[in-house]
Amino acid sequence: MLFELIGIPPQALFGQLLLGLINGAFYAMLSLGLAVIFGLLNVINFTHGAQYMMGAFAAWMLLEWAGVPYWGALVLAPIIVGATGIVMERLFLRRLYHLDHLYGLLLTFGLALIIEGVFRKQFGSSGLPYANPLPGGTRLDFMFLPWYRAWIVVASLVICLGTWFLIERTKLGSYLRAAVERPDLVQAFGINVPRMITLTYGFGVGLAGLAGVLAAPAYNVSPLMGSNLIIIVFAVVVIGGMGSILGAIVTGFGLGVIEGLTKVFYPEASNTVIFIIMAIVLMVKPAGLFGTPK
Amino acid sequence: MRFKSLAISAAAVLAAGSAHAQYTNGTIKIGVMNDQSGLYADVTGPGSTWAAKKAVEDYGAAAKGLKVEVVFADHQNKPDVGSNVARQWYDTDGVDVIVDVPTSSVALAINQIAKEKNKVFLGSGPASSDLTGKACTPNFVHWTYDTWALANGTGKAIVQTGGKDWFFLTADYAFGHALEKDTGDVVKAGGGKVLGAVRHPLSTNDFSSFLLQAQSSKAQIIGLANAGGDTINSIKQAAEFGIVEGGQKLAGMLMFISDVHSLGLKTAQGLNFTTAWYWDMNDANRAFAKEFAAANGGKMPTMVHAGVYSSVIHYLKAVEALKSDADGAKVVAKMKELPTEDKLFGKGTIRKDGRKLHDMYLVEVKKPSESKYPWDYLHVKKTIPAAEAWRPEKDGGCSLAS
Repeated sequence: MLFELIGIPPQALFGQLLLGLINGAFYAMLSLGLAVIFGLLNVINFTHGAQYMMGAFAAWMLLEWAGVPYWGALVLAPIIVGATGIVMERLFLRRLYHLDHLYGLLLTFGLALIIEGVFRKQFGSSGLPYANPLPGGTRLDFMFLPWYRAWIVVASLVICLGTWFLIERTKLGSYLRAAVERPDLVQAFGINVPRMITLTYGFGVGLAGLAGVLAAPAYNVSPLMGSNLIIIVFAVVVIGGMGSILGAIVTGFGLGVIEGLTKVFYPEASNTVIFIIMAIVLMVKPAGLFGTPK
Repeated sequence: MRFKSLAISAAAVLAAGSAHAQYTNGTIKIGVMNDQSGLYADVTGPGSTWAAKKAVEDYGAAAKGLKVEVVFADHQNKPDVGSNVARQWYDTDGVDVIVDVPTSSVALAINQIAKEKNKVFLGSGPASSDLTGKACTPNFVHWTYDTWALANGTGKAIVQTGGKDWFFLTADYAFGHALEKDTGDVVKAGGGKVLGAVRHPLSTNDFSSFLLQAQSSKAQIIGLANAGGDTINSIKQAAEFGIVEGGQKLAGMLMFISDVHSLGLKTAQGLNFTTAWYWDMNDANRAFAKEFAAANGGKMPTMVHAGVYSSVIHYLKAVEALKSDADGAKVVAKMKELPTEDKLFGKGTIRKDGRKLHDMYLVEVKKPSESKYPWDYLHVKKTIPAAEAWRPEKDGGCSLAS
């Protein structure tokens, strides 16, 4: 009945909902990393898109140059990308913590442009092939679900919930959260706060790298892949509430679904719908859906 | 500065002062405008700048006493950015001719500016056949390919082999719409049907949703009326979603050798498309490609790069014959009067509506096992002679047509 009203067969609708969920998995993973970094370091990490791209390229290089298959890259690439993040934090970001957010934003934005430029110069803009490690799929009632896409959703859910658990429910997480509120006090208890912050940044960047590896077989591995996505992911973070981990996860998946539905009803608007939602949320709840006003 | 414009002098050798006095500012200034950093940068981009400089060098401009300078700019695929650059180039920087300009929406904007300022515009990158149809001007030559020729080449071949029901995935701007329309016309003329189309934004990452809509249309052929990164992602994801296994076929209406390289032969094998030029077709092309690759990080030139080269050679020929580059419409009229000839495109002509005529080629992507050396990607299946390859002049609706 309802389906007849909106003029879309239920099969198509379910298919699109599922695809939205798959895209939402990327939004969730990327906005999660941003939320962790912002929540714990107060840095707006504009390099995140470039680090996601580096994750995909790391997977490609591992395969092409070292013969490491996808599943190995899934472990190694995030570590490599995370390590570059740690170097970046030590060399640059650290010097900006006592300044306004804006400086961190400008620095990371500039670095993102440089990193993307270097990759573009080296590899061109049209991208590189990366074979699908899980070809084939299963025919559901309403659509063909490739195994790889199913894997993306499962992996992303595990990563998101694991991160949430780590930060909100474990002792290590409680140290992190405490160090955000009162670094001096935590330091007095004998915890090396600067090192913890460095590792947190590395972890957030590693999450971006991991998302990049997951993306490599599904999307085009190209230097531009991150800059196309990062703006949307920032909108997701803003809608969810800056620094809210649960907010990033829920809005990531939720907006993926909404975007998926837009692609059925009015595809031309599919790349603007998230910004329309962002504008509405900012008017009604300026701190975001899950954020707490400061 | 709103855009980066690096001026590089290509052939700064001059003979006696009087030999070039009739050229505006004493210099023939060629502006290469294209996508230097986005999804069309490998198809056009810095390679086109190289090709323009190479043409100036091969033409022997310096030895003939012509002072030629090549500059370039990035239009970022945005008509407003492109228009600003074009105005600045024509008005204050002394640019006499703009070449390349992929992205039809930008090209359509610059086409009007070139006419307004009476300068020259030679399009190698843009595709929309409207440029020599209702939007034609006396200041423009459409060099390498257009949407009609692609539709006529690829579309006709597929319809003739029984692909009658089509569904389009269309990039939502001037180019995609033109390609969808021109291909739809060919399909209908061949007795086929267009079951529907979905319009996606330029530079889309995820095509699964659009592909699913194409799948549920049950069309035999899914026509990709898009280009560059969008085509690559469509084809890659169509393989993942079992579209080809399900019996539907993909038709990449505009594909470049760089797209095949990005996809890899495993994914791209068996695709048919129409091209104006292929690097491995003859010795002259191979020699050009070898030099191009050496200067461009090992990449092979696309048909757009070859078109830039060819168009610059012919432009210089016309300017030299006129001994002046001042009046854009006169230069283009001279270009139309002289037969074209260069090492990459051979002999050809330019029609009154601005359409450059040459043979086109229907090609098929090789299987991985058939590829013997790097970039050995295409079989030439059929040569489409110039007389059949292009839209008849009378059908375009151009006011200049004879």
